[in-house]
Amino acid sequence: MAFDYAPAPESRSVVDIAPSYGLFIDGEFREAADGKVFKTVSPANEEVLSEVADAGEADVDAAVRAARRAFASWSALPGAERGKYLFRIARILQERSRELAVLETLDNGKPIRETRDADLPLVAAHFFYHAGWADKLSHAGYGPAPQPLGVAGQIIPWNFPLLMLAWKIAPALATGNTVVLKPAETTPLSALFFADVCRQAGLPRGVVNILTGHGAAGAALVAHPDVNKVAFTGSTAVGKQIARTVAGTDKKLTLELGGKGANIVFDDAPIDQAVEGIVNGIFFNQGQVCCAGSRLLVQESIQDELLDSLKRRLGTLRIGDPLDKNTDIGAINSAEQLARITALAETGEAEGATRWSPECELPGSGYWFAPTLFTGVSQAHTVARDEIFGPVLSVLTFRTPDEAVAKANNTPYGLSAGIWTEKGSRILAMANRLRAGVVWANTFNKFDPTSPFGGYKESGFGREGGRHGLEAYLDV
Amino acid sequence: MSESAAKKKSAGTSGPGGTGKPGKSGKTGRPGKTAVKSADSAGRSGAAAVAGAEQGASGGAPRLSVLKTYKLFVGGKFPRSESGRVYEVTDSKGGWLANAPLSSRKDARDAVSAARKAFGGWSGATAYNRGQVLYRVAEMLEGRREQFAAEVADAEGRTPAAAAAQVDAAIDRWVWYAGWSDKVAQIAGSANPVAGPYFNLSTPEPTGVVAVLAPQESSLLGLVSVVAPAIATGNTVVVVTSERSPLPALSLAEVLATSDVPGGVVNVLSGRAAELGPPLASHQDVNAIDLAGAQGELAVELEIAAADNLKRVRRPAPVDWTADPGTDRMLGFLETKTVWHPTGALGAAGSAY
Repeated sequence: MAFDYAPAPESRSVVDIAPSYGLFIDGEFREAADGKVFKTVSPANEEVLSEVADAGEADVDAAVRAARRAFASWSALPGAERGKYLFRIARILQERSRELAVLETLDNGKPIRETRDADLPLVAAHFFYHAGWADKLSHAGYGPAPQPLGVAGQIIPWNFPLLMLAWKIAPALATGNTVVLKPAETTPLSALFFADVCRQAGLPRGVVNILTGHGAAGAALVAHPDVNKVAFTGSTAVGKQIARTVAGTDKKLTLELGGKGANIVFDDAPIDQAVEGIVNGIFFNQGQVCCAGSRLLVQESIQDELLDSLKRRLGTLRIGDPLDKNTDIGAINSAEQLARITALAETGEAEGATRWSPECELPGSGYWFAPTLFTGVSQAHTVARDEIFGPVLSVLTFRTPDEAVAKANNTPYGLSAGIWTEKGSRILAMANRLRAGVVWANTFNKFDPTSPFGGYKESGFGREGGRHGLEAYLDV
Repeated sequence: MSESAAKKKSAGTSGPGGTGKPGKSGKTGRPGKTAVKSADSAGRSGAAAVAGAEQGASGGAPRLSVLKTYKLFVGGKFPRSESGRVYEVTDSKGGWLANAPLSSRKDARDAVSAARKAFGGWSGATAYNRGQVLYRVAEMLEGRREQFAAEVADAEGRTPAAAAAQVDAAIDRWVWYAGWSDKVAQIAGSANPVAGPYFNLSTPEPTGVVAVLAPQESSLLGLVSVVAPAIATGNTVVVVTSERSPLPALSLAEVLATSDVPGGVVNVLSGRAAELGPPLASHQDVNAIDLAGAQGELAVELEIAAADNLKRVRRPAPVDWTADPGTDRMLGFLETKTVWHPTGALGAAGSAY
């Protein structure tokens, strides 16, 4: 049974949201050249939070020019000095983490428990980690004096807005590049707030430029002839388009794209821990996670026991106000994403899989989708193949480790995988054979700035985090 | 026995499928001057072969030399092109050398299938084993260096000495990468000190099937320099030879076949880069493509096609193949896999153990 809790909402008054924001170019906020704006709403209740500038091609050009101007002096700074700016940023982010957590929850719809306990601590850690690299690059294994690339054009998604910003900006700055970053159109606010963090840290103008806008601005950024490096996190379809755009140029490219992670549970797994891992794997951030464990592969002999436990556990998840500290599952980020999840779930039913959701009341306004399980799923089902990017878990079964490996690898993606078993040798054998960039054994969805993250196959290329992540921003 | 005759004899014992006993050519294998002379004479004998006759060692009656039918190397076998096509390969002066197979798209697809089939075994072999196999290639090549010097001299119009230097460098390149196979994980992997009770290890793994357009201008050394780093780490390769000068590469396949390289690990296709590049670049079961031998518009077209399944692409760039190869060709076709596991705790909190 689910315990009843009184509402425990985090105060939204800790953060001031201006009625409108401009683009952050060359150290100043300015309107878009053509004056266009768009609104950003809270997905939990569709309340308009603010109005932000909608960058066009002229703004992209202005931002790239500003970044280019800043590059000469930024890259010439002694690494120790560059590092100190990053340390400052890390500290300011820690100081202002409550504001940012509330802001992120408002703009994204994810529970405050996650922004407070996962996103923000990782954001600060990412800057702190990379700050230390700035004066140690000659020890990183990329030669005695690795050089930065120049201007980095970076495009990030809406699922972890500030964390993805940190993954992009921290290594770029540590290695001496300057940045033009475009946040997703549904989650522009935390990136604009970050611009203010840069101001407080005294970061030289033009080193970081933030362009809010839509896909066209991203495409213009990728295609800009004076951009030396493109880093993108988002859908595989857009990633492929970007790869075509940069073909034949000298631009260095890293892509972190979609996934259809297999979470594999063997018959000797500790069931309660596995259930927690499964829930964390697919319902963390409403399943809007590229490395989500969206395919549960359970050994046939324990299927009934595991699914009973899983369903019982899903019945205790609390869905609702993301600002409530007790909330487990928040809102879907946008109406568009909700429509996509809804359509794919309907396809799952139409193709004959069995759909199940716990009884739960969804709020009347905003974008919501109940946690959903599909059982009786075969490899050919759409819900087993396509990335849903929502709180939808497809359950498949296997009998032997070989079958588990074959099914897990039977996808064009290769980002993440999970293994649940008490047998050490089986963990290692499985981990060896899974074609995925991150393998979580008896845990799931763990992240750390020291730990390289990124995919095999169509989940993209390049790594973010750790020593490996530096390569993406160095001329090697 | 004249040097020319010695050369012929050694070549005769090391054809496709032969055991290629390295001891044979050891007779002429005195390093330095002799080797160079030998290559020179082999070059001339090549020209004589075109004329159709050559003085036999036994004297008197002219002996017709035995020419080689050059074939593809796919899945460890030596097929002709399924298309039945060949093209004329000439030396730098336009003299006929051989008819090489003109591979088709179907040959390319067959080669990819063979490479995929070989990937599990080769990537799963121990690094020590892969290193020994690569070293064995160097041994086998060393035993046939006169033959290769002659072929490279013909193919690239080099002096005998320059051609021999290319072969020596190619042999040494196999040795370089042979030694890397069991070290690459130690320089490309890491233990990551995450902020939590987790064991976290990153290890490099081969990307998979790598399509390689070998350099056009360096028929043996260039080809070895792009193939060896890819397979040293466990990838399998489909390589398209230099279009103009495919013969050293096709002969190298004979060396690979007798060096314990499992069938399908390296597949060698001769033909047109413009014809074979597109089906390889757009093939959905190829994981990466090295465009070393693609030029201009073709390279751009292939990079665009490669985006369809997000192949790892190595763009063409000028390379001095005789320079220290470094590690970047080897590191470029690796994936990093990071594995997490809880470390747990022993005994009560605060325990000294």
